[in-house]
Amino acid sequence: MLNFTIRRTLLAIPTLLFISLVIFLLLEASPGDPLGDVPLTVPPEVKERMREALGLGQAWYIRYVLWLKQFFWVEPLHWFDQVFGTSYSAGMQRVISFQSRSPVFDVIAQRVPQTLTVVGMSYVIGVLIAIPIGIISAYKQYSWFDQLGTFVSMVGFSMPTFFTGVVLIIIFGVKLQWFPSIYDTTHVVRDWPSFLVQVKQMVMPVTVLALYNAAQISRFMRASMLDNLNQDYVRTARAKGLSEKTVVLKHVLRNSLIPVVTVIALGLPAVFGGAIITEQVFKVNGLGQLLISAIHANDIPMVLTLTFIFAILIVAFTLIADIVYGLLDPRIRYD
Amino acid sequence: MTETERQQQLDTAELVAETAGPAPVTGELPPNNPVHADGETRSQWLDVWRQFRSHTGAMVALVLFLGVILFVTIGPLIWTIDPTYVDIRARNSGFTAAHPLGTDQLGRDLLARLMSGGRVSIAVGLTAMTLAITLGSFIGVMSGYFRRLDAPLMRMTELFLALPLLPLLLLMVTLFREPLSQTFGPAMGIFLLIVTAIGATSWMQSARIVRGEVLGLKEREFILAAKSIGTPPRRMILRHILPNVLSPIMVAATLGIATAIITESALSFLGLGFPPDFPTWGRLLFDAVDQMVLYPWRVILPGLFISLTVLCVNYIGDGLRDAMDPRIRGR
Repeated sequence: MLNFTIRRTLLAIPTLLFISLVIFLLLEASPGDPLGDVPLTVPPEVKERMREALGLGQAWYIRYVLWLKQFFWVEPLHWFDQVFGTSYSAGMQRVISFQSRSPVFDVIAQRVPQTLTVVGMSYVIGVLIAIPIGIISAYKQYSWFDQLGTFVSMVGFSMPTFFTGVVLIIIFGVKLQWFPSIYDTTHVVRDWPSFLVQVKQMVMPVTVLALYNAAQISRFMRASMLDNLNQDYVRTARAKGLSEKTVVLKHVLRNSLIPVVTVIALGLPAVFGGAIITEQVFKVNGLGQLLISAIHANDIPMVLTLTFIFAILIVAFTLIADIVYGLLDPRIRYD
Repeated sequence: MTETERQQQLDTAELVAETAGPAPVTGELPPNNPVHADGETRSQWLDVWRQFRSHTGAMVALVLFLGVILFVTIGPLIWTIDPTYVDIRARNSGFTAAHPLGTDQLGRDLLARLMSGGRVSIAVGLTAMTLAITLGSFIGVMSGYFRRLDAPLMRMTELFLALPLLPLLLLMVTLFREPLSQTFGPAMGIFLLIVTAIGATSWMQSARIVRGEVLGLKEREFILAAKSIGTPPRRMILRHILPNVLSPIMVAATLGIATAIITESALSFLGLGFPPDFPTWGRLLFDAVDQMVLYPWRVILPGLFISLTVLCVNYIGDGLRDAMDPRIRGR
């Protein structure tokens, strides 16, 4: 197992390098010019100097390696310095955004909490809804609950999140005026009333994402439960005279959760991607909104770094899913 | 004779044929030209259709989906208002006889726009799906059939699976929309761009499914038999492998349409899809969001059409999967 983990981790490195190269070359091939907004009255030689100051003067492979160095060497050193008060990274150039001229990672660090609260919360709630629904609809297969659950989850992942979001805004934000339709990120939770305000503004975005996730996970949960309910060990457990509750919730549930856990881990990075749309609907200024504004502004370092972080998330969670699967299910042997 | 009775009879006949002992040895050989039993043959696709019809949800979805298709294809022939015609005096009108679904802020008829928008959305869905499925099945068959290609092709599939797709799609569409719309015209350029982008980023699942199926098929005896009479790989794949992996491909294709339609409307919703005077369902929704407080119907109608189409396609896919693989029915 340890061997497998080490091998997979080592294999992830070339994968990530390749992905970063793909993103970099895609940006390189783009016709967009980060200096496109500079007024025409600026003389060409000044423009050339500006271009050099942005680091655009060199060949692409030099810039790629430089970015790699900044991402994997300078930034970790900088965080190390921040934590331990040392100064190893003094004088080293960090990844700088073209838009704000501030380090890309500082901007990202400002945006992460918003995305994490909304996305993380919605995923947790989605899983908590999905698992009981999956259990009940598998245990009572073809009952009205199962039929309804199947239909609702079909509808759930057929409705795009931007549509459910907008419908929720129209119903609860505009008509009933229960919840604010725009997420206020400057809101600080200090006491009980301000906490309530925070909860209120989180309700709609979290509901939209949670429903979407619950729809998919409950399907997997149901299928996995159905697989297990017909197994011999379930019959043995019943024959031993165990109560139905113990059979379903102890024996079957534990075994059915194994594949579902990996599905949950695999789905997490996709949720970050999907949050791009939900953030746009509810005007949450999280990572997704940052990415879209950076794409519109031709902010190459920001786009490159953000997309690469999404890629790291995907690779990392795939790895975690594989390892967790191996740990939970001793029948799975990777060697 | 009703359908079920005929089915039962066929089943009994099959059972009898299976359980009956070997035919008595006769002196003469069977005729060179076997005579078919009076027309009651069961072709595979007829069986699939029969199974499919028993799935109520899928049948309802099929009817609704055909309705949507008719709405966007035949509809413009009946409702002949030009979707881009600006009638500024009739702007923001409600549900009237002249404009059954109202008009937008420029006085363009919403019914006509929904029809032409749907045509684009469904066209994008179908084309992108065809592209993704062709690419996916090709890579899947290649990697499953030729052992030497397996490792590199699967490595590539895994690499693609690790790409952050939505950010990359956004990136591709923003970066290349200008040059492509200059070369092919605004509508065609964006259409090509979006279809290629979606196709190039969604073939991986079908490639993996097809590879798995091909690997299983290769162990079967009829493949061994075909190989032993010297069938070349090309005919092997076209005649023996592909027809047998058709059912998972069809299911993946149906579900692929749904994903492609959702992706296109998501791109349009982020303002990165088709140009404004070129309606798609996602674009109509995006344009209406600014005025959703005053005119909520303008948001809800295109959204309903997207959801309905995707729901139908998903149900059809579900029914197809059940019909083609009876072992997993009800999962």
